Amino acid sequence: MNSIATTTGRGGMKFWRRPLDTDKIKIPHGELHIIWERCKGCGFCVEYCPKEVLELSTEFNAKGYHPPVAVKEEDCINCGLCEELCPEFAIFPVLKEEPEGTEEVKK
Amino acid sequence: MSTVEIVEIRGKVEKEHPMEKLLRMDRIPHIWCPTCGIGTATKAFASALEKLEIDFNNVAVVSGIGCTGRVAGYMKLDSFHTTHGRAVPFAVGLAIAKPKMKVVVFSGDGDLISIGGNHFIHTARRNVDITVICVNNFIYAMTGGQVAPTTPILANSSTTPYGNFEHPFNLPLLAASSGAVYVARWTALHVRRLTNAFAEALQKRGFSFVEVIAPCSTLYARRNKLGDGLNLMKFYHDNSIIKHGADPREIDIGFQDKIVVGKFVDIEKPTYLDCLNEGYKRVLGDAYKVYGEEDEQN
Amino acid sequence: MTEIKMVKANPHDVLTGEHYLDGNHASAEGGIAAGCKFFAGYPITPSTEIAERVSQRFPRVGGIFIQTEDELASMNAILGASWGGVKSMSCTSGPGFSLMMENFGLGMMLETPCVLVNVQRGGPSTGLPTLPGQADMMQARWGSHGDYEVIALAPDSPQESFELAIHAFNLSERYRIPVLVMTDECVGHMTEKVVIPKAEEIDLVPRRYTDKPPGEYWPYIPENDLVPPMPPVGKGYKFHITGLTHDYRGYPVISAEVQEKCVRRLVDKIKKNAKDIIWIEEKDTEGAEVIVLSYGITSRVVQPAIAEAKKEGIKVGQIRLVAVWPFPEERVRELASKIGTYVMVEMNYGQIYYEVERCAAGKCKTVLVPHAGGTVHNPEDVHVAIKGAVK
Repeated sequence: MNSIATTTGRGGMKFWRRPLDTDKIKIPHGELHIIWERCKGCGFCVEYCPKEVLELSTEFNAKGYHPPVAVKEEDCINCGLCEELCPEFAIFPVLKEEPEGTEEVKK
Repeated sequence: MSTVEIVEIRGKVEKEHPMEKLLRMDRIPHIWCPTCGIGTATKAFASALEKLEIDFNNVAVVSGIGCTGRVAGYMKLDSFHTTHGRAVPFAVGLAIAKPKMKVVVFSGDGDLISIGGNHFIHTARRNVDITVICVNNFIYAMTGGQVAPTTPILANSSTTPYGNFEHPFNLPLLAASSGAVYVARWTALHVRRLTNAFAEALQKRGFSFVEVIAPCSTLYARRNKLGDGLNLMKFYHDNSIIKHGADPREIDIGFQDKIVVGKFVDIEKPTYLDCLNEGYKRVLGDAYKVYGEEDEQN
Repeated sequence: MTEIKMVKANPHDVLTGEHYLDGNHASAEGGIAAGCKFFAGYPITPSTEIAERVSQRFPRVGGIFIQTEDELASMNAILGASWGGVKSMSCTSGPGFSLMMENFGLGMMLETPCVLVNVQRGGPSTGLPTLPGQADMMQARWGSHGDYEVIALAPDSPQESFELAIHAFNLSERYRIPVLVMTDECVGHMTEKVVIPKAEEIDLVPRRYTDKPPGEYWPYIPENDLVPPMPPVGKGYKFHITGLTHDYRGYPVISAEVQEKCVRRLVDKIKKNAKDIIWIEEKDTEGAEVIVLSYGITSRVVQPAIAEAKKEGIKVGQIRLVAVWPFPEERVRELASKIGTYVMVEMNYGQIYYEVERCAAGKCKTVLVPHAGGTVHNPEDVHVAIKGAVK
């Protein structure tokens, strides 16, 4: 393995080398719940999601804000940072139960 | 994202937010502006309570007046919204009457340090067993953006339209020199560290103080042409320096300058009630009747 | 009418016996006998003896005394402790009373039982710290901003200082309101015999807690007497209370409609129960030509003047206001149409006098015998006023 070649992980995160225990780590996935009407479009979750899962939608909610939508929900790793940062209590991930044997294989 | 999927999300509220058990849902959405940091600080506090697996019946929140003062009104705990600057003495009375309860003062920089300054330093001096959370947005937000004792020098506010010419308080230094046993400062961006700081502060015996640097978009950011709260969060991201154990004398905050965060003081000291009980016992011996929780209910 | 089940005082708290005490010490003993277990105060002449005695006695009766950094902290600390389920009191004098006003109003708005003793001194401002006055009486009524009704008692002796302290606690628990005891430096520093009865002879009003379980309780749903039961803190009620105008849930609502409901009940709570709170002592008022009104120490000072006037054949009656607020409007109005003159004697330049004049409404004459304070009235001045009234 070329130690100075970069390996691109999902969501734009770059590893400088491939982690040695990649095959053993089971990456959790989250299902995003966005309480559409409560959101005030602040953008904290969009900005700080480590996997860049979210984007502000072009749609409005009743109060005229642009809530986020998960454009890459399959990349959500249930880290919960969006939930912690959201000042409106309007977004939270829920751990997706996945059956055994379907861990993703990292390239 | 297809329109169909958007409609589906909009309709789907079958799961409630995990924090709803700690919020007065009949009053949500709250009044804080978009990109305000107080909501984030409240979430971190709720997470800390969850994390500690505390009995929610045993926590009381006391707030003063101001934007942060509204926190008491949104938390589903025994909560008290008192007058401007007087959250700390009210909490002192409550904490002494109910020594087993966790009494938390959750208020803003203007409320706690300006009008409430005297109570703040004396209660820290006495080391009364309460936790004080000060959300510092550098301004008097609720009343329209006037200068606060924490407003950095040169910053603009509605009563310092040509810039603030007064030196601000350094809150961790104030708390530490008054005798607080736990002093920490984090920004609203450092949510997980903030949650841990809250958890530590709640468990600490004595006067514990956590300063939360939070963005104020409508007043502070706007008046100083800093964008909105998200821009301020990005600023915190690029300009916070974590320095646990730093000397509080060296962590002043200048206008749009580096912000030193971390845990600065974590010491042990007998609390107000410890000293009181020990002192009376020593002098009065058996004649001393220890103050316990007076159960005045039937 | 909500039934109140009285409880007896705790014998451990009551200093039963015959004592030689000054008014301040007696006030302190009254509070302790009433079961007060939290005191927050700031030293101010001439009230400091109350704080000092409490600081000595509390550790022996299981109470906590704290000398706070200022009067503002005192007032708030007693509110907080009261919400923590403990009877609490404070003491102060003129300058401190002014400082406490904002949060006295908070106590009114939150409906918090507690007792505040104001040992009045000469004012205004720093005034005469060591000499008496009675010039805070209107401030007692209107000192805080906004609309509210007040209960203020005025003892005339150390014995009464003891008794009215207990009565103040009972009224505060009964009506969920901070109650004032407006004494003065003269009564506070005069030493007389005080008989403290046995604990089983002292009846106390217990705090009215709700019998509803958590989840079904809201903090401001009143019972028939317009007083809402209180929630116990730390028992799962998770209530919210605020100094902002609030609805029955305790939540702030900024609207004229809720303001009307909220403030109306606060005012009516005392107005509609006034006849149970008003306390006056009348003597020889039937068929009187002149009635002398007074309260506190002044009611003792007027006795020689009244005796002199009676010797001269003047039919003089007297009314002593034991509870100065709520003012006994009905009785004063009633008597106004039967007498010639009300002579109001108070140690100020006219405060309760204006209430008398208002209630007399021109049906009889009203005369004030003022005094700037610093010492009690000269009874001769009162005598002259009574004589002048019948000329």
